[in-house]
Amino acid sequence: MIDKRVADIAEAVADIGDGATVLIGGFGEAGSPTELIHALIDRGARDLTVVNNNGGNGHIGLAALVEQGRVRRMVCSYPRSSDADVFRSFYEAGKLELELVPQGTLAERLRAAGAGIGGFYTPTAAGTVLAEGKECREIDGVDHVLELPIRGDFALIKAETADRWGNLAYRLAARNFGPVMCTAARVTIVQARRLVPLGGIPPETVVTPGIHVDRIVTVPDPMSERDAILRGDRYP
Amino acid sequence: MNAARPAGLTRNQLAWRIAQDIPDGAYVNLGIGQPVLVGNYLPAGREIVLHSENGILGMGPEPAPEDADEELINAGKKPVTLLPGAALFNQAESFAIVRGRHLDICVLGAFQVAANGDLANWSTGAPGAVPGVGGAMDLAIGASRVFVMTDHCTRGGAPKIVGECSYPLTGRRVVTTIYTDLAVIDVTAGRLTVREMAEAVDRETLQGLTGAPLGWAPALRPLTAPRV
Repeated sequence: MIDKRVADIAEAVADIGDGATVLIGGFGEAGSPTELIHALIDRGARDLTVVNNNGGNGHIGLAALVEQGRVRRMVCSYPRSSDADVFRSFYEAGKLELELVPQGTLAERLRAAGAGIGGFYTPTAAGTVLAEGKECREIDGVDHVLELPIRGDFALIKAETADRWGNLAYRLAARNFGPVMCTAARVTIVQARRLVPLGGIPPETVVTPGIHVDRIVTVPDPMSERDAILRGDRYP
Repeated sequence: MNAARPAGLTRNQLAWRIAQDIPDGAYVNLGIGQPVLVGNYLPAGREIVLHSENGILGMGPEPAPEDADEELINAGKKPVTLLPGAALFNQAESFAIVRGRHLDICVLGAFQVAANGDLANWSTGAPGAVPGVGGAMDLAIGASRVFVMTDHCTRGGAPKIVGECSYPLTGRRVVTTIYTDLAVIDVTAGRLTVREMAEAVDRETLQGLTGAPLGWAPALRPLTAPRV
């Protein structure tokens, strides 16, 4: 029997240790697995490398993980935003390394990791400072940059619906990085708003096949990051 | 001498002007910031499909505040809606659409544009500042046509259209048309050709506000827009 459900959110992240690379889904607040991130803060792992499109907002979720001093290095495309004071202060104080990656290259490097591709040539960033130090090659008269896969030890993902095999469907634009990150980590941990019986997600609407998912925890009423930031919430 | 800045199009008029050049049936990405305004002026009767990097085709206008959903946002993380016919997809697929040259047009802001079409719009290179690139570099090389929407000069009066960009590049030789408050300028084969010019300036003044040599379209027209 395959049953990827775990009893609670603390158990879901219990083996994330110091120095791990953690892929965190979401684009801004859409798709952010905030409850899993808070469980990771409670777990206490340090010296993490975090891959996320952004750098966290307010003082909750990813921003709280940074604020608690747990993140050594971030890989992201756009850590700037109006509520990104935590990232800014850690970065400016030299307490956080940043690898800046164009958004499409970030997605494709994750996809490559999950698809067993050893790297790819992309025209994105050719001739810019973000290509410095990378192998470049002209293909069909266009300059390309060699980009390598990004693998995670763990992925933290928010989905709308899951079954016990780990099949997932997402809500609206909260899908974003979820499907590629699920494939790119050794252990993929999902918080789903709703758990349904096998067959409860019509097969042709499964977005992430369960083979890519290792643990499911149900979070029926996930927090709204937007509301939490407006209220000025902090975690812990 | 403190020369007054010539009064060209307002920002909304410029957005209106760009919208007129987006044809029926086009798949378009409007970059975050100013270019989003173009979406407010898409001419009635044209079906134009807006792409958002975070995984949307068929994006509609901003909802009423009470209908905003934080899981339905655009690349600038503002609430949006879906039009009938919209599609949602993951981030890798979204950028395969961009990089794979499936978009007809993207509209981007600029710090600087060079006469050869080089674009600098993501960083001023200031040491210590938090950098952020997002999807700009993917869009710059991916869209079939790259429209730049910008003020002709910086607030300090320096030209934003230059011989060579001094800021870090977003992409090389990528810009096809520059829309400013004072002119519409096509970039072809490394040369700038003014297609439309605001009535507030003449050729000499416009050239004086531009950091690279301008050519002139044989059918040079006035750059005008209704009050919007």
